[in-house]
Amino acid sequence: MKIGLFVPCYIDALFPETGIATLELLEKLGCEVAYPAEQTCCGQPMANSGCQEDAAGAEAHFVRCFQDFDTVVGPSASCVNHIRYNLDAIEQTPETRKVRTVTRELIEFLHDDLKVTAFPWAMFPHKVGLHNSCSAVRKLGHVRPSELVYQPHFSKTEDLLKHVQGVELIEIDRPDDCCGFGGSFCVTDEAVSAKMGYDRVQDFHRHGAEYIASADMSCLLHMKGVIDRLKLPMKVIHLAQIFNGGPL
Amino acid sequence: MTRAVDPEGRAERFIALEEHEATHDRLVWGMRQHRDQAVAAVPEWEQLRELASQIKEHTLTHLDQYLEQFEQNATKLGTQVHWARDAEEHNAVVYNILQSHGAKSLIKSKSMLQEECGLTPYLQKRSIEVTESDLGERIQQLSNEPPSHIVVPAIHKLRSDVAELFAKELGTDPTNTDPHYLTESMRNNARPRFLAADAGMTGANFAVAETGGFVVCTNEGNADIGASVPPLHVASIGIEKLIPRVRDLAIFIRMLSRSALGWPITQYTSHFHGPRRGGELHVVLVDNTRSERLGSPDFWHALKCIRCGACMNTCPVYRRGGGLSYGATYSGPIGVILDPGFDLRKYRELPFHSSLCGSCTEVCPVKIDISEQIYKWRRVVVGNGLLTITKRVGMTALGATLSHSTLFHAAESVGETALKILPRAVLYNPFNPWGKHREMPTVPRQTFRQWYLENRRKP
Repeated sequence: MKIGLFVPCYIDALFPETGIATLELLEKLGCEVAYPAEQTCCGQPMANSGCQEDAAGAEAHFVRCFQDFDTVVGPSASCVNHIRYNLDAIEQTPETRKVRTVTRELIEFLHDDLKVTAFPWAMFPHKVGLHNSCSAVRKLGHVRPSELVYQPHFSKTEDLLKHVQGVELIEIDRPDDCCGFGGSFCVTDEAVSAKMGYDRVQDFHRHGAEYIASADMSCLLHMKGVIDRLKLPMKVIHLAQIFNGGPL
Repeated sequence: MTRAVDPEGRAERFIALEEHEATHDRLVWGMRQHRDQAVAAVPEWEQLRELASQIKEHTLTHLDQYLEQFEQNATKLGTQVHWARDAEEHNAVVYNILQSHGAKSLIKSKSMLQEECGLTPYLQKRSIEVTESDLGERIQQLSNEPPSHIVVPAIHKLRSDVAELFAKELGTDPTNTDPHYLTESMRNNARPRFLAADAGMTGANFAVAETGGFVVCTNEGNADIGASVPPLHVASIGIEKLIPRVRDLAIFIRMLSRSALGWPITQYTSHFHGPRRGGELHVVLVDNTRSERLGSPDFWHALKCIRCGACMNTCPVYRRGGGLSYGATYSGPIGVILDPGFDLRKYRELPFHSSLCGSCTEVCPVKIDISEQIYKWRRVVVGNGLLTITKRVGMTALGATLSHSTLFHAAESVGETALKILPRAVLYNPFNPWGKHREMPTVPRQTFRQWYLENRRKP
């Protein structure tokens, strides 16, 4: 099985280590991975603002880049959510439908498809606070959403982290409250967004987290901005880097 | 042209009142936690949601029949049924009823529909004295503010705000913030008005087609005093409040207060079947854009709403910015999807006052796809050319850049260079909203793509 590696635009530009970790991890797990170097973006930033016409170009380009792969894997729940449920600014050709169907988010690919039960190379002796993003929780189903408290608890991310030596998961007060990033929301609704970010980061800090770990680098980008401003002794890390054992 | 409300600016001003924001977030989140505890104790909750949703969808898709059935049965009970196409007609009908009885004073229990119609200012202009009988709603009335929450209208206020307001309006001690003292003072002030009122008005939570009766849920019993003391009772009912059968109430009543406050049931669940002896009961069935919404494939599900407020309690944006930031009758996520249906120009910013976290959809007891509708309203705003110019220009440029790999990769290097060389003062200026409360990201030595081409691509 040849896998197309999707590295979202902001990860490419700002967090190459997350892309590297995803690539190396998939290779360690025996996957054959190719990275179409002409890829840019899935179209989400424009579509989330309601700008379908502006999203169409990026969406069409995305489909062209990945239409020849049987599986596409990307380390971002919000982008995969867009591709799977919202990539409809362009005609739904067989190619488009195929790309939308075969695109997998990294956690679900590891947990549901590869059914990984060990990361023997990984070691992360830290107190980790898990930030499951809104897309991961409520769209892709990584974790039982806190609203569905009457259903049995499950967490694919926690299941996977159990296979990493040294990880000590901490609990926080509001397990899946939004961090306030929200795409362009973080600048158009600055005051609310920042307050959400401050509350979220303080929740992790109050409970002694050394790291905030997530499957979504965009949330981590936001929370890192808050951590750095407040000069808190915490770091952010993408789960791919923990599973891969680096780069940190 | 209608001026758009500015939810972002209003929210920013609320957040700047630090104690207000912190208290509001704590109290509103507390309601969400109580809701969680209450629904966790109902193993069949998901089944109830599905049933409630199906009953509402069935009723809405057969609304003409159920409305006529309701009218017939209500009339048999001696209720006088009126129809109102819009807010103006509703207000005129109510005023005519009051006038024909020579009514000069009115007590009202909380009704979002009457808020929606602007009934109180309409009647006050015509010299009718209107007194809200719900404590929170009375606080809002005395403050000249709309309700900030559909269940707890004054939740954005501190006790000290209420003490100050009552000192001014009722002559109480401004330094005494004890809730018992304040409530007692309001009771003593309001009760004589209740007893002397010429007419009482309520809304309705549910109207039952098979009986012609309707149900009003309150926690203060205030609807009952309005319906029982004056000889005239007028109820405003949105046409979406219909349910087919009495037995359907068994589902909705179980869900309403659990979703709202985490209580098994409201303190008072009052059923009205025709006028009481010697009195008159009037029902005004109001459309006011509901029929239009019913015809919208994307948005008709919003009519299932039972006004529990669960979506507001869970909403991280609502909790921080407060209900008044929406500048509309309905606030929170449900407001974001209802208000633009009344006036798209005025409420065009509301769909962007959301991080699209999706929690509202999950807590909704009648399974309205609230978050998905917020997303779709954004498209409607853009499709009508109403997106703010700054957002619009940014998105066109971004869309164009991201459609072409060469443009994107060129932009990446420009962006990085800018971040590396521009001094802090430029990046953290007031025009860069990110930098106001957050540090900019540091820029890596190379992009992933550059790393990949260097390390993995064979020459």
